[in-house]
Amino acid sequence: MKAMYGYKDGSGDYFITIDTDKCDGCGDCVQACPYGVFEVIVDDYDDEVGAVTSDQKNKLKYTCNPCKPEGSRHADFPCVKSCSQDAITHSW
Amino acid sequence: MAKEFWRWREYNWHEPEIDWKEAGVISAGVDVGSVSSQAVVMADGKLFAFSNMRTGSNSPESAQNSMNWALDGTGMKLEDIQYVVGTGYGRVNVPFANRTITEIACHARGGNFMYGNTVRTILDMGGQDCKAIHCDERGKVTAFLMNDKCAAGTGRGMEVFADLLSIPIEEVGDLSLTVEEEPPPVSSTCVVFAKSEASGLLREGWPKNKVLAAYCSAMAHRVVTLLERIGVEKEFAITGGIGKNAGVVNRLKDELKIETLTTDYDSQIAGALGGALFAKAAYEKSKK
Amino acid sequence: MITAGIDLGAKTIKGVILKDGKIVSKLQVPAGLDTTETAKEMFENLLSQASINKGDIHAICSTGAGRKEATIATESVTEVTADAKGAFHLYPNARSVIDVGAEEGRSIRCNEKGKIIDFAVNEKCAAGAGAFVEAMSRALEVGIEDFGKLSLKSTKEVPMNAQCAVFAESEVVSLIHSNTPTEDISRAVHDAIASRITSMVRKVGFENDVVLIGGVARNPGFVDALHRDLKTEINVPEDPDFIGALGAALIASEK
Repeated sequence: MKAMYGYKDGSGDYFITIDTDKCDGCGDCVQACPYGVFEVIVDDYDDEVGAVTSDQKNKLKYTCNPCKPEGSRHADFPCVKSCSQDAITHSW
Repeated sequence: MAKEFWRWREYNWHEPEIDWKEAGVISAGVDVGSVSSQAVVMADGKLFAFSNMRTGSNSPESAQNSMNWALDGTGMKLEDIQYVVGTGYGRVNVPFANRTITEIACHARGGNFMYGNTVRTILDMGGQDCKAIHCDERGKVTAFLMNDKCAAGTGRGMEVFADLLSIPIEEVGDLSLTVEEEPPPVSSTCVVFAKSEASGLLREGWPKNKVLAAYCSAMAHRVVTLLERIGVEKEFAITGGIGKNAGVVNRLKDELKIETLTTDYDSQIAGALGGALFAKAAYEKSKK
Repeated sequence: MITAGIDLGAKTIKGVILKDGKIVSKLQVPAGLDTTETAKEMFENLLSQASINKGDIHAICSTGAGRKEATIATESVTEVTADAKGAFHLYPNARSVIDVGAEEGRSIRCNEKGKIIDFAVNEKCAAGAGAFVEAMSRALEVGIEDFGKLSLKSTKEVPMNAQCAVFAESEVVSLIHSNTPTEDISRAVHDAIASRITSMVRKVGFENDVVLIGGVARNPGFVDALHRDLKTEINVPEDPDFIGALGAALIASEK
């Protein structure tokens, strides 16, 4: 399942997608993120997978700002880099 | 007392033909949303009773009230229900729930029941959020996207306009469709800025239906761009309060060039209904 | 040399007349429906206020979201350019300029020559600008002038979850119902918008001295919240609303 956490407001789209079919619930993203964006949960279908915390999902543009300086690439983001299963994607 | 234009009609219903005492499994789902709450009771997987009311300032009370109201006149009591699933924004506040399940999974399950197993994309436009869900033929979620950060495209955003124009919220959609020519959409998706823009249009002499058309058009377009992020796979169904606003729904369908499935059930109960179905399955599993 | 700068913002239009590097006339009026007309009328009043003839004006430079609407202007520059120019003129040590207006917030980084290195903008969302503070002051039924001062009396931090002005209004109402003191709610509001602004400031990196301009700089609650978040001194000029227009007038004098 592709879980898209985040939001769209007047200024744009800010979504972090976690592909739970790829995710193995290792928790590396939780450690890699300096701002506590991720957590490991047991979802509705009883799988242990990564997720974006409900506290952070509506602030992603602001929270992720420091990890996205001018010239940064998607592959450089700490969370994306930490995921061995390639389960994390940022939409911006 | 000033008329509250944003206030929509609350209601309950039950099926007089079903004798619930004969049922094998009585299950229920309670969906406590930020704006509205629904409670659904099923007897052996058939819809028996439901209620739809505004969520109060106290979530546990809202859960209790919506449950009591659904049961009102049926002779059934809470103790007669074998399994209850709580869902929605306030799901942790359904004190009598046996388990909570996210509104995403419940909407997929409920949508599959209400619209049939060909449904693959469900758009739920709720009071304070907008969800797009992909599901398989069993009603299991394969992808989802939820936006509850921004009021644009939500019921609250529509309430702001109903209030601004002093028009009952249930009439807003139909009124927007009475324009002879479709005006350009308001340029801001932000509800606060759109409201200022609309005030300016009213001062310029725009009639109310034209202002509403411009706003519904902007909202429909915004929802389309949100949907495009996850993709729309047929068959497509729309649930939630704004699902009843033809002003937004028609424009959305026009832009996507797609038809939507219809249902005999009330589209606002999809979440609670899905909860009741999960409840039935959980109860049967526990008896094995 | 006499030049004029006009800043056509979302809510108000500001004008200044600059004579030999000093402001000799300034005016701020509501933008109204027809900004071209409003700008024209404001300009006439700006001239008569300082007893200056139109012919004496060397150049008129416009800025702000509505700058193209000012038909009286001889040139126009972006808000970022005007803001940096105006702030740097008053504070030669300014390296970070933050401008928070009614509908937009922006953060600018400049070097020791006042040249812009990088900038970021919060736009199209009321939660990122003054409209948020205004909407919350209405929800609390406190005048906007008092709203900021009220937050300074707060003794407790209360979290504010909503990231949207419309949802925050509902959240404020439920905080009122649960008897949260209004000064604590006010502080929560100011902290919330400050954090959205500082995230933008951190995105371009911030360096002292920090200068805050724009209408929201008049709000002591916001200045305090920004100061606590960035943990550095926040310099606010007199008449922070006029710095964009000042920058535009300065640029007009350089041609």
